[in-house]
Amino acid sequence: MAVAEQERTVRGIGHSLRRHEDDRFIRGKGTYVDDIVLPGMLHMAILRSPLAHARIVSIDTSKAQAAEGVVAVITGADLAAHNLAWMPTLSGDTQAVFATDKVRFQGQEVAAVVAEDPYLARDALQLIDVEYDPLPALVDPHKALEPDAVLIRDDKEGQTDNRCYHWEAGDPRATDEAFARADVVVTLDTHYPRCHPSPMETCGIVADVNQATGQATLHMTSQAPHAHRTLFAMVAGLPEQNIRIKTPDIGGGFGNKVPIYPGYVAATAASLLLGRPVKWIEDRSENLISTGFARDFHMHGELALTRDGEMLGLRVRLVSDNGAFYADAQPSKCRAGLFHIVTGSYALPAAHVVADGAYTNKAPGGVAYRCSFRVTEASFLIERLVHNAAIELGLDPAELRRRNFIRPEQFPYTSATGFVYDSGNYEAALDLALQQVGYDDLREEQRRARAEGRLLGIGIASFTEVVGAGNHKDYDIAGIKMFDSAELRVHPTGKAILKIGVQTQGQGHETTFAQIVASELGIPPEDVLVQYGDTDNVPYGLGTYASRSTPTAGAATAVISRKLRDKARQIAAHLLEVSEEDLEWDTGRFSVKGAPDRAVTIQDVALAAYTNMPEGLEAGLEGVHYYDPPNMTFPFGTYVVVVEVDPGTGDWKVLRVVAVDDCGVRINPMIVEGQIHGGLAEGFGIAKMELITFDEDGNCIGSNFTDYLLPTSWETPNFECFATVTPSPHHPLGAKGVGESATVGSPAAYVNAVIDALGHLGVRNIDMPVTSAKVWEAIQQASR
Amino acid sequence: MYPARFDYVAPRSLEDAVEALAGGGDDAKVLAGGQSLIPLMKLRFAEPSLLVDINRIPGLDGIAEDGGRLRIGALVRHNDVVGSRLVADRLPVMAAAAPLISDPLVRNLGTVCGSLCHADPAGDWGSVMLALGAEVVARSPSGERTIPVSELLVDTFTTSLAPDEIVTEVRVPLPQRRSGGHYLKLERKVGDFATVGVAVQLELDDGRIGRAGIALTAVGPRNVTATEAERVLAGAEPGPDAFAEAGRLAADAAEPVDDVRGSARYKRAVVQTFVERALTRAHEIAGGSR
Ligand SMILES: Cc1cc2nc3c(=O)[nH]c(=O)nc-3n(C[C@H](O)[C@H](O)[C@H](O)COP(=O)(O)OP(=O)(O)OC[C@H]3O[C@@H](n4cnc5c(N)ncnc54)[C@H](O)[C@@H]3O)c2cc1C
Repeated sequence: MAVAEQERTVRGIGHSLRRHEDDRFIRGKGTYVDDIVLPGMLHMAILRSPLAHARIVSIDTSKAQAAEGVVAVITGADLAAHNLAWMPTLSGDTQAVFATDKVRFQGQEVAAVVAEDPYLARDALQLIDVEYDPLPALVDPHKALEPDAVLIRDDKEGQTDNRCYHWEAGDPRATDEAFARADVVVTLDTHYPRCHPSPMETCGIVADVNQATGQATLHMTSQAPHAHRTLFAMVAGLPEQNIRIKTPDIGGGFGNKVPIYPGYVAATAASLLLGRPVKWIEDRSENLISTGFARDFHMHGELALTRDGEMLGLRVRLVSDNGAFYADAQPSKCRAGLFHIVTGSYALPAAHVVADGAYTNKAPGGVAYRCSFRVTEASFLIERLVHNAAIELGLDPAELRRRNFIRPEQFPYTSATGFVYDSGNYEAALDLALQQVGYDDLREEQRRARAEGRLLGIGIASFTEVVGAGNHKDYDIAGIKMFDSAELRVHPTGKAILKIGVQTQGQGHETTFAQIVASELGIPPEDVLVQYGDTDNVPYGLGTYASRSTPTAGAATAVISRKLRDKARQIAAHLLEVSEEDLEWDTGRFSVKGAPDRAVTIQDVALAAYTNMPEGLEAGLEGVHYYDPPNMTFPFGTYVVVVEVDPGTGDWKVLRVVAVDDCGVRINPMIVEGQIHGGLAEGFGIAKMELITFDEDGNCIGSNFTDYLLPTSWETPNFECFATVTPSPHHPLGAKGVGESATVGSPAAYVNAVIDALGHLGVRNIDMPVTSAKVWEAIQQASR
Repeated sequence: MYPARFDYVAPRSLEDAVEALAGGGDDAKVLAGGQSLIPLMKLRFAEPSLLVDINRIPGLDGIAEDGGRLRIGALVRHNDVVGSRLVADRLPVMAAAAPLISDPLVRNLGTVCGSLCHADPAGDWGSVMLALGAEVVARSPSGERTIPVSELLVDTFTTSLAPDEIVTEVRVPLPQRRSGGHYLKLERKVGDFATVGVAVQLELDDGRIGRAGIALTAVGPRNVTATEAERVLAGAEPGPDAFAEAGRLAADAAEPVDDVRGSARYKRAVVQTFVERALTRAHEIAGGSR
């Protein structure tokens, strides 16, 4: 059988195989945390602070204790008695589980009721009496950093102001020198607004602690079950072997399910104390107001250029609004995530980034919402700056990009802030996008439209991402190194189970990872059961976020498959009575060189591994591999968005979106395209409508889906997707992460398009969300 | 999201419903499509003691022409209006508004009458019915009365209905002359309430404008009738000048406030733009131009 033919029958890498998992989702047969019902299970509901900043004077729980169906009422004082009132965050800070001293944001957890049913639990919440002594609320991070601002974190020893970190990257001297040589400096001040991952399934847990054995089984919404197990062991002081975290089907995560939330800890404590399973499921408003938000970066960027458009240097000064606790989920060495990828796709010889974090009276979080730790903010800033630079220089924005791209022969390329880009071909992606959108004709159409008073705009973003953490030297989460794992067990009948340390939340791992095994070992994907998300069952891993599954556990899967293939070759040689060197591998089949009919299949070998192994060889066809990536992967692409703005209302409609993505080798092109569609839709939402905002007292505006707007299929534009393929040179499959490219890259393309429509009027910036009201105001201001 | 405790009845006749509502006291509420009431209950912003579900009462779901009026029963859903030929032929302003109300899920359940009874100034039907000069019929133990929509809508979430009154239908006068109407709505996304909505109805009389109805959504404590704009249009020659003047006057009549959707200044400007555009379109529909 020819290689190509064999490949086709196993439907491995490169095949748009339908998603195995969809069968149960489409039939409503998935199991989410709220579907889990255990005998004797109680229900917990959380009382949240109505105020953004206030001292707690007293909490009276007596009426709630006496209410129908109530089993227990838990306050911060109760938790403190077990040393559980505070917990560590993923950024090395501490966070209140239930407030004991002060409340620091509206929606903060203050107490909980555990009752026989969820209605009674909520009825009793209304009976808890909390007396607050209000304090001034800080909602503006710049004000929070002023010297006389009221101290939010008076719980922290030695903390005298509201700064939660200061961090720099790049070379300030070289950058100053570059700016001194510049003909033109383009500046941009922009706020990347606070938005929310908003997974369909909110966060929740069913905590089941057996008081007799001490065994704690925690069914929870987690993107990183093993990391959570270890942190739980540290927080709760439970022996780690007694903690089992089980993640059933996860209804979307997008970074929202990376942190540990107070509700998880409280429900576990309640189950431990009461000896019965306790379920806690957030409602939608709780999810929006209290769990991991994303972004909220106030950025000032300066781009230095020569008159003919050569980029010389980049300076960024940013203030991040981290909320009341520094709970960003990010590698511990990177205080502003991977924001220093901000030089993007450009050969920028000098750059300097200064970042300061501010505590404010808002929910904590700073999660990487479908983003590799602040890459989204970085990509947005540079792509917006480049567009504005093109306006200032009178150059076409595509041309300005082209002149400054890192060229293919420059890879591996060390950026001014220290990343080593693995590979790229930025111009090819740009060219394909321009060709597909019909760029030159569009520019002509834009000129004609302008003459008629119509406002047409074309926005480009040529983004680069850095995804797939680790390596272990540079990247860890709370000290745990960012490797990942795969364990492959091939059974005697030739069927296999693959256990991975990463955690699907809808990405299609059950299909994609089976296809990797198919290509590497020749076992058809339907014969490979992919398991994850039960810490007693699968090897240690850091979970799924930051587009890391394929770069890390995908690589581990390839490597362990290859190791088993090496062992299989030994067995095949034994079965065929030839030496290993005389064998030829052809996906799923070993044959004797020169005698192709003398062959055994991988299934034959699997059986032999348990029934007829060669003398001296260990039995079985199983193994585990922990993969420590040598570097990150750097997916890239170009998005082009065409919009038309209604001058009468400021409303804008998307006419076209052309997306060219290069994520290296595509394992399942259909799934890749699905990820891109989702990201382009989310990017559209962020650019146009999504916003969590606060009034001056710190009241959260955006606590439900009529205020926090998400795009639906009705207004989401049509997407035209294309690919170039530049394999990662260091990944065993040549693959790069892709789950986040479109969320990262697309917002700038949408905004650039609107600015492009208005550029001739003098409009240079409109902060996201680019609402029709803001567009209209910008037009009025410009035409004044 | 878990509502507080409440009682529930689902009577099979209007008489039983009227009796149940009256017997339930001031905290009893009618449940029609539930698309406003249920969300409020789930947030515990509303805690009615009793729900009187009118969905099983026969005969309330019709749209019918009757003596120069269109009668729209209390169980006519937004989506029934979307699908109605009668409406499409005779009342283009209703036909334009219906598909702009929320999303298909809400339209399948929410009712025209329920929307009027809810008196949300961001509700679209309020403006449409004001522009059309419609009235509702209300039933209580003491009998039946008709209330012009202009008197029904008192303030934000406040109507002139007594707690024991059930609206059984809304009656829309059918235009007798050449007429046209249109509804324009600016929303942030599909399913969003209006940032600004504008309903217009024009009747032509011998090349001049006869009656004009203009009402505005989401720019005041209730749906706002642009009385001055209506007045200058009546008897005027239809065309860009008159429509622009009406736009300016309607913008003056609006009482918007600054909020996340935009500034008051912005909303006024959109009212002006929309009134002009909607009148132009209504005039086209009436066969005035082309
Ligand atoms: C997500 C969402 C988006 C929406 N967007 C829009 C929009 O864009 N535009 C818009 O106009 N509306 C919108 N709505 C509201 C929707 O149109 C509702 O259907 C409408 O406001 C209320 O009608 P209902 O039949 O659902 O009434 P219900 O929710 O059942 O009742 C509403 C109120 O009216 C009272 N009531 C209802 N019927 C009667 C009656 N016959 N007699 C006396 N009292 C009665 C009830 O007691 C209650 O107080 C939206 C709703 C949702 C959930």
